[in-house]
Amino acid sequence: MSSANRVLFDAPGPRARRRIAVISVVTVILIVAAIGWAIELFARSGQLDPNSWVEFTEWPYVRFLLNGLLQTLLCTVVSAAVAIPAGVLLALGRLSRNGLIRRLSGAYVEFFRSIPLLLLVYVFVGGLPAIGINVPVFWKLVIPIIACSSAVLAEIFRAGIRALPRGQLEAASALGLTRSQAMRKVVLPQAIRLVIPSLVTQIISLLKDSTLGYAASYPELMKSAENLTAYTHDLIQTYLVVSLIYVVINLALSQLARYLEERQGRNRNVLRGAGSRRVRRVNRDVNDVVLNAQ
Amino acid sequence: MSTLASYFGQIMVGLGTALSLTVIGFAGALVLGTILAVFRIGPITPLRLVGTVYVEVLRNIPLLCLLILFVFGLPDIGIVFDLYTTVAICLALFNAAFVCEAIRTGINTVPVGQAEAARALGLTFTQSLRTVVLPQAFQSMIQPLVNVFIGVLLGSSLASAVGVMDLLGVAQFINLHQAWGIGLFAAAAAVYASIALGMGFLGGRLERKVAISR
Repeated sequence: MSSANRVLFDAPGPRARRRIAVISVVTVILIVAAIGWAIELFARSGQLDPNSWVEFTEWPYVRFLLNGLLQTLLCTVVSAAVAIPAGVLLALGRLSRNGLIRRLSGAYVEFFRSIPLLLLVYVFVGGLPAIGINVPVFWKLVIPIIACSSAVLAEIFRAGIRALPRGQLEAASALGLTRSQAMRKVVLPQAIRLVIPSLVTQIISLLKDSTLGYAASYPELMKSAENLTAYTHDLIQTYLVVSLIYVVINLALSQLARYLEERQGRNRNVLRGAGSRRVRRVNRDVNDVVLNAQ
Repeated sequence: MSTLASYFGQIMVGLGTALSLTVIGFAGALVLGTILAVFRIGPITPLRLVGTVYVEVLRNIPLLCLLILFVFGLPDIGIVFDLYTTVAICLALFNAAFVCEAIRTGINTVPVGQAEAARALGLTFTQSLRTVVLPQAFQSMIQPLVNVFIGVLLGSSLASAVGVMDLLGVAQFINLHQAWGIGLFAAAAAVYASIALGMGFLGGRLERKVAISR
């Protein structure tokens, strides 16, 4: 519970405590009723049939989904490996003193942050092959992901760089470093450390983005689930299992991001003199940027 | 020429579908998200738990997963809506989690002293929230909420992956039949980008307008 929440209400007195208890009991009853209703719906339509569920313990099915998961992770890792350096370059481009570079990277970032990823996937799947440009299926999924997420990552890095005290850059040039040396040796190492929690959050959206393999016909987890369903006809079971896999992985990643953020907030040495308030503000700015993740 | 005219009609209908999905989805997300945020900051433990679990699950599930579960899965357990309604419900449910977090974070940016002062004046939970905390929190919620709106807009395009003929669905359909399809994708991208950037710009202006100068 955050401190602002706690002061919104007093420690409840006897009347309030009674009221809270009543509402709590009603809520619990409603939750139980909702779960019961869902189970009843599943049971009535025969979706609880054990045969539809045991297949997820049988090795051939498990192996099939694991293969899909492996492709999902491969997509995520490859997109991250290209998009993160590209994001750094774009962020530097937006902060460049050369007007042309600044404007070009600005236009790229604004455009690719504002179009749906699926549109780009369709361009690679249906549009470009029609005019004779054809890349392997993997890249039909991964190139669009890289194009869009490098734009988001650029905003994250830019927020990180701008959050550093100006004195860092000034001290670096006072020491005789050129601007590019100062960026490389002084600003970037600190800025990147600052945005690491947000980078982890961005990995979550890369993982979500890879589900568009469903539209690109690339056999990652989502498409594998569809292929499996075509064979078993247990659609709702398969996608519940797949959803669970995504939620578990993403929850683990977001816990990691939260842990890193808290550690940064406590460890003031990350930004000597800037303090944890600045760190919090950066992460808030950055979270605004990454909120768009679908 | 007549084919071009009929395509134009389709494109406009698709654009209308995309926009109405976005607006309905965002409105639904706003209502549900506000309720969830109240759950999460209120004193009632089971409701807090509902809010937390909802946000953690919906924020971490891919939207496409949710869409497929609802569009193809719900009929299997006997719940049938038409496709458009199902997608609108999905967009609202999914983005409610993000709205909830935007509101909660906004409330947390209000200095604790403000709430303490409100409590000291004897205001109740609802009063201090309504008259002291929320008006100040609203200011820092604008940008995140605009981002959610843009998220709903871009997310609504996933509807075409489950068969809705929204702007992207129409573009994809025409691209199957016409060589100039790729130009249509470019036009659709321009439409999405101008709406998203336009909303971002308006949000920025609104934010400056309501800024409290201290």
